[in-house]
Amino acid sequence: MHNKSVAELSRELESGKISSVELTQQFLDRLKQEDGKYNSFITITEEQALAEAKAADELRAAGKATAWTGVPFAHKDIFCTNGVRTTCGSKMLENFVPPYDATVTEKFRQAGAVCLGKTNMDEFAMGSSNESSYFGAVTNPWGLSSGEKRVPGGSSGGSAAAVAARLVPAATATDTGGSIRQPAALCGVTGLKPTYGRVSRYGMIAFASSLDQGGSMARTAEDNALMLNVMAGFDPKDSTSIDREVPDYTATLNEPLKGLKIGLPKEYFTDQLSPAMEEQVRNAVKEYEKLGATVKEVSLPNAKLAIAAYYVIAPAEASANLSRFDGVRYGYRCEDPKDLMDMYTRTRAEGFGAEVKRRILVGTYALSHGYYDAYYLKAQKVRRLIQQDFANAFKEVDVLMSPTSPSPAFVQGEKTNDPVTMYLEDIFTIAINLAGLPAMSVPAGFVDGLPVGLQIIGDYFAEARLLNAAHQFQQVTDWHQREPK
Amino acid sequence: MQWDIVIGLEIHVQLATQTKIFSGSSTAYGAEPNTQANAVDLAMPGTLPVPNENAFRYAVMFGLAVNAEIGRRSVFERKNYFYPDLPKGYQTTQLEQPIVGPGYVDVDLANGETKRVRIHHAHLEEDAGKSLHETFFDELGHGMSGIDLNRAGTPLIEVVTEPDMNSAEEAVAFAKKLHSIVTSLGICDGDMSQGSMRFDVNISLKPKGSDQLGTRTETKNLNSFRFMEQAIAHEVERQMDILEDGGRIIQETRLYNGDRDESRSMRTKEEANDYRYFPCPDLLPVVIDDDFIEDARQRLPELPDARKARFKEQYGLNDYDAGLLSGDAKLAAFFEETVEHGKDAKLAANWIQGEFSARLNAEEKTVAESPITGAQLGDLVVRIADNTVSSAGAKKVFEALWTGENDNVDAIIDAKGLKQVSDTGALEAMVDEVLAGMPDQVAQYQNEEDPKKRKKMLGGFMGPLMKASKGQGNPKLFNEILVEKLGG
Amino acid sequence: MSISREDIEKVAVLARIKVDDEQVSALEKDLGNILDLVDQLSAADTDSVEPMAHPLDAVQRLRPDEVTETNQREAFQAIAPATEDGLYLVPKVIE
Repeated sequence: MHNKSVAELSRELESGKISSVELTQQFLDRLKQEDGKYNSFITITEEQALAEAKAADELRAAGKATAWTGVPFAHKDIFCTNGVRTTCGSKMLENFVPPYDATVTEKFRQAGAVCLGKTNMDEFAMGSSNESSYFGAVTNPWGLSSGEKRVPGGSSGGSAAAVAARLVPAATATDTGGSIRQPAALCGVTGLKPTYGRVSRYGMIAFASSLDQGGSMARTAEDNALMLNVMAGFDPKDSTSIDREVPDYTATLNEPLKGLKIGLPKEYFTDQLSPAMEEQVRNAVKEYEKLGATVKEVSLPNAKLAIAAYYVIAPAEASANLSRFDGVRYGYRCEDPKDLMDMYTRTRAEGFGAEVKRRILVGTYALSHGYYDAYYLKAQKVRRLIQQDFANAFKEVDVLMSPTSPSPAFVQGEKTNDPVTMYLEDIFTIAINLAGLPAMSVPAGFVDGLPVGLQIIGDYFAEARLLNAAHQFQQVTDWHQREPK
Repeated sequence: MQWDIVIGLEIHVQLATQTKIFSGSSTAYGAEPNTQANAVDLAMPGTLPVPNENAFRYAVMFGLAVNAEIGRRSVFERKNYFYPDLPKGYQTTQLEQPIVGPGYVDVDLANGETKRVRIHHAHLEEDAGKSLHETFFDELGHGMSGIDLNRAGTPLIEVVTEPDMNSAEEAVAFAKKLHSIVTSLGICDGDMSQGSMRFDVNISLKPKGSDQLGTRTETKNLNSFRFMEQAIAHEVERQMDILEDGGRIIQETRLYNGDRDESRSMRTKEEANDYRYFPCPDLLPVVIDDDFIEDARQRLPELPDARKARFKEQYGLNDYDAGLLSGDAKLAAFFEETVEHGKDAKLAANWIQGEFSARLNAEEKTVAESPITGAQLGDLVVRIADNTVSSAGAKKVFEALWTGENDNVDAIIDAKGLKQVSDTGALEAMVDEVLAGMPDQVAQYQNEEDPKKRKKMLGGFMGPLMKASKGQGNPKLFNEILVEKLGG
Repeated sequence: MSISREDIEKVAVLARIKVDDEQVSALEKDLGNILDLVDQLSAADTDSVEPMAHPLDAVQRLRPDEVTETNQREAFQAIAPATEDGLYLVPKVIE
């Protein structure tokens, strides 16, 4: 069962061949047995999962089942779950049990899905390797046979590794600068970051509010469509949520791609990309040509500034978003504070890890008196230029394609001593967040036995078209079905 | 040396919305601590703000009332600082693009002049919670403060004036006018003892006639007109002493203790926080269209200036009475109810400004807390006007109404026997009897040539007359009869 | 662009994060490198460009002024570090 997709599991449950309780128990057993190798979960919610499975079986018996009823999945530990510890990968929230649900959590509950637990992540979603988690690094299921432990990417590395290792068929994830697409690429799974505002951010612990977007990870594009069917939609509790109709994303998966216009941004095919990686990506594009798509080169002249703009805007927003972790109302508080200042400064020094502190300090500096114009305002202007680049490109083509990451999964510890080298992991993904566009990463080959991701970028609210393009590709390739040894 | 005083005000006005500015929690005053602080107000992880429509409606109504430009596009920013009563670690406020732009308020001064005070802008923001400094202790015996976040997220408009006021009197007159505007609009309950309006005063001095502004200080959080007046006087004196000794004023924030008439420095400009303002990414720009403004305009009630003009016109009140009675919306409504029942506007005005106001002040009550209604006072006014009761008797009726002894004016008059005797025949008989018993005084009166002195001498007969009538004789009629009987 | 030790110490106070001398040295290097990366921005010509705060050109929706929340103090204070009499306790606040 563990090799089946969400769509397949849904059909199994529908046919009555297996109950949700049985299915859930199988997944839980496997999860408990296997996850020691990957550390992809922070919390396994066995009891709740079995209770949800039982409720799902009853719902099905009552004839009220939907596609998700009784299907196991996991939440990235950034989505608040009522009554279940939600850590955001941080010591600060090590014992935080929210008395409320994120909107996304609530939607999966309503759909009758069975949550097996909370997946590991970089602390407060800040990282590209999952090594900044307070709960330990996550190991990529790929490349283990070589004897070296590789990173799964980040920040949604737990979700990606869990899906790749067949511990869950699908998991939620979030993406602020590449945190869905880059780990999806490094773990050989399919991930979707929707348009900013498509999925509610309520109850999703904020890193950088104008960039954060919840999304999905699964092995197939079809399962991502099933995920988005649950997650997408207007939420009156999120002021930045968009009130716009949600289509059935599975309905258009089988549309033919004939005539699809693909743009290849020349700035994303430079010497930062190894020839082996480039070859895999170009091969994937050739598959699309075989499916009837046309390809042309386009230019995103300001894309090279995306990392710089991002590392002002994201830390600036984060520096304010993380001020609420002050030891007053919830979360970690240092021992025996001698006064108020001591409580604040030690609580935050002890509760946050090194990368989070670096970003808070950078953001504080960028907003501080005398630097605001040179950093923050300038970055916002560059952000506009980047958005305009994409707008111009989408006048000519339907989707853009590029590699998702500059290299495949690297060895743990390789980049932890140099934050800036780590930041360059997101060189092909970050501009998309600045513009707020939807994008996917789709398995598209291997280099040295490690997965390579193809990034497909769409215009605003073009999720259905992205999923269609990814699904058609997956009908003629089997990269997404390969299983790590 | 002679000095010019320059004063500008920043006023925090709590808006009388049902819910908080960014959440659906109640803003009702006086609830148990932290029972009106929900996940958003507590800044629980992942929670997000959604702005309250009425907060914007009230801000726009205020803008229209002070002749201001309305910010068609306003933007919330984050003002970053750590304080236990500030759950998010930043205050969501407006800076560059506020909801209310430049406007003005005309203020009537006691000397009859009108002063125009310009409004620089007014912006929407959230209030903080409260730190309670009563003593709690942790297990090691360290003193702790308690934090109540019920108030956190209550909508405020912060009104910022230009430095257009030149005396404590002007500043207080402006503050009272602003109070009158926001309470008339119904956008604030105006209860200063509960912090519904709080004043920060910026004060500087400059040599008389100079056009160069001096260094200013800001005295924060004054919550009564009296403290405001005292704090200004105190700060002007403090600055004058320093300047006349050749010293320099330090730009700083000061706290005034009204009970001790003392002030102390809170922080200097050098220590001032670096608030790192930036646009709040959880909120989008608020666009106010013509329809929204028109709707707000339709909701505007009569404002104090218009009401004052109407009181003069409709009730024939003089400028002073009209000004006093029109300023406070509730007092104005009370006055109109009194007149509706009592007809005689001048008499109603006198009673409201006299007995009624004195009694409210003595018991530290607001008009809303008055135990008597305008209708009851109106009924009393009718009985005073038609001579049923004397003014001394009326005071007894008022007392009975106030204490709740009885709620009907006529019933009180009957029960207490306060009805005046106005039967001319009976009164004439009493006058005859009294005059007969006072022949010397009658002669003295009749020999007096000076009409002023004669008039004064009449009073000598009134005492015995009132005594003879057991206090129930109509003094006005007694007077008329006396004059007649004494031959003019 | 480099960042001085004083800057780091100042920013750490603003951000309420305690840093010791050793950390300041490490941060001097790391933050300096990050700021070097960020300094690429200065090359961009942004003279007539409007700053962009949000990806979508949307405007704020306003919520009706209706009470939707009920008292949940018990649930919220169950996860608080220190409370007494319904209040959150913190080391003494001195104004």
